[in-house]
Amino acid sequence: MRLSDRASDLPESGIRKFFELAEARDDVISLGVGEPDFSAPWAARTAAIDSLERGKTSYTSNRGMAALRERIADHHERYDQPYDPADEILVTTGASEAVDLAFRALVDPGDTVAVHEPTYISYGPGIELAGGEQLTVPTRAEDDFALTRESLEAAGAAEADLLVLCYPNNPTGATMTEEEYAEVAAFCRDNDLRVIADEIYSALTYGTDHASIATQPGMRERTVVVNGFSKAYAMTGLRLGYALGPAEAIDAMNRIHQYTMLSAPTTPQYAACEALDRCDEEVTEMVDEYNRRRRLVVSRFNEMGLDTFEPGGAFYAFPDCGGDDEVFAEELLEAEGVAVVPGSVFGEGGEGHLRVSYATSMRELKEATDRIASFVESRD
Amino acid sequence: MDAEREVLDVLARNAREDIDDIAAQTGLDADAVAAAIDALEADNVVHGYQAVVDWDRVDEGKIRAIVEINVELDRETGYEQVADRIAKFPAVDALHLVSGDYDFAVEVLGETMQDVSRFISEQVAPMPEVTQTVTHYIMETYKDGGIRFEDGDDDDRLSVSP
Repeated sequence: MRLSDRASDLPESGIRKFFELAEARDDVISLGVGEPDFSAPWAARTAAIDSLERGKTSYTSNRGMAALRERIADHHERYDQPYDPADEILVTTGASEAVDLAFRALVDPGDTVAVHEPTYISYGPGIELAGGEQLTVPTRAEDDFALTRESLEAAGAAEADLLVLCYPNNPTGATMTEEEYAEVAAFCRDNDLRVIADEIYSALTYGTDHASIATQPGMRERTVVVNGFSKAYAMTGLRLGYALGPAEAIDAMNRIHQYTMLSAPTTPQYAACEALDRCDEEVTEMVDEYNRRRRLVVSRFNEMGLDTFEPGGAFYAFPDCGGDDEVFAEELLEAEGVAVVPGSVFGEGGEGHLRVSYATSMRELKEATDRIASFVESRD
Repeated sequence: MDAEREVLDVLARNAREDIDDIAAQTGLDADAVAAAIDALEADNVVHGYQAVVDWDRVDEGKIRAIVEINVELDRETGYEQVADRIAKFPAVDALHLVSGDYDFAVEVLGETMQDVSRFISEQVAPMPEVTQTVTHYIMETYKDGGIRFEDGDDDDRLSVSP
């Protein structure tokens, strides 16, 4: 069948190769997984089951159940992000749909969209599908992969129409402080950039509170915030996210959403209401456990001589492997049966690094880091 | 969170963690972890370290029962004194004073059901303060010490994902 040029031109994700290499073996400990190893809180799962038993299987409002949007609005007061559930919140099928809708609602063909890299792999293809062009803004290891005004200026982002932010960051685990955001926000205001802020990891920060560019002066009206239930509540497979933003942006996204998705799936919306009502304690327990693993992993990588900055969020460490990251990852998998993802998969600035997910049990993390240490020793 | 609480959280999940790993997980140095453990033990916060065992999987395993005990107290004898006498039996694995229809909930461990029955009828029931016992044999344990008893690893996530 003849395919559209648009589909044919989309590159295969660089992560695919490592997925296939890892799947080919059955003795692999994988530190390559980009989702929680916990299950969704049981109360949220029972709410989903209960909704099915009550026959709640019809569509919801395009924007999502009103009860859920109200809870999302309440929940975001903790980040000083006030949004009106009536017209400033859109519930989507995963945060991924929200990102895609934001691109399609905000990008005109030929628009330039600045994206800091290394970062999550879906933004480039999303921008391309919306007809935009990506401008890459590399972040630097010496800045602990935070975005700076200097990096934006050096990359020529002043000419861009839109900026995509992903903090806490996948793959680096980097976070941004209020002060760092103030600098970036000033740049956006000075150059009239709108922002899509993917904050899916906002609940997973360690020792610091999550900060958002949307709370900076003059930024709320030019920012669409994307978030969801996948990471905080370990609900990846339930596919439920949302966007927060000024009414005109949410309205435009909803116009596309109503034709392409109609509404986000109903069952997860019931689970999400319960998650927001009653599952804070489970989230705290997961965050505490991630934090213990994070400290262990970072200290073990530094001990074995792979420099690793202290990541403030998400569930990734980003050690410097001191050479070609793809070769390192392939040889590590071959020699020790440990899967990690080469940093270069996540774009410019990721070279020479590895994305190490600590969303796996403490026992496996210890075993995997022991194996990596012996691999590193064998290469010296 | 203070150092002792952080160390306690790690030990309560896995008492076999070594000091260096606890230090790495909590961000404390090894000396501080060792000091915290010493303090927890000295203050009787931590009374001991045990494995969570699924006795059903052990050949010649053990029988476990939960025994409800009602007691009658008098001016000289309070719950403390009765508890002290019951706790001295090695077969008593755990002993709690509880609210509700009975006074003590006792977990008893024995080699056979006969052992447990004999222990209750010959040692506990005859105690002057004990007015009634009800024994519930545990048929199956699904979760203990916060750990779900089930087979192996059911991680069905993709091995590598973005």
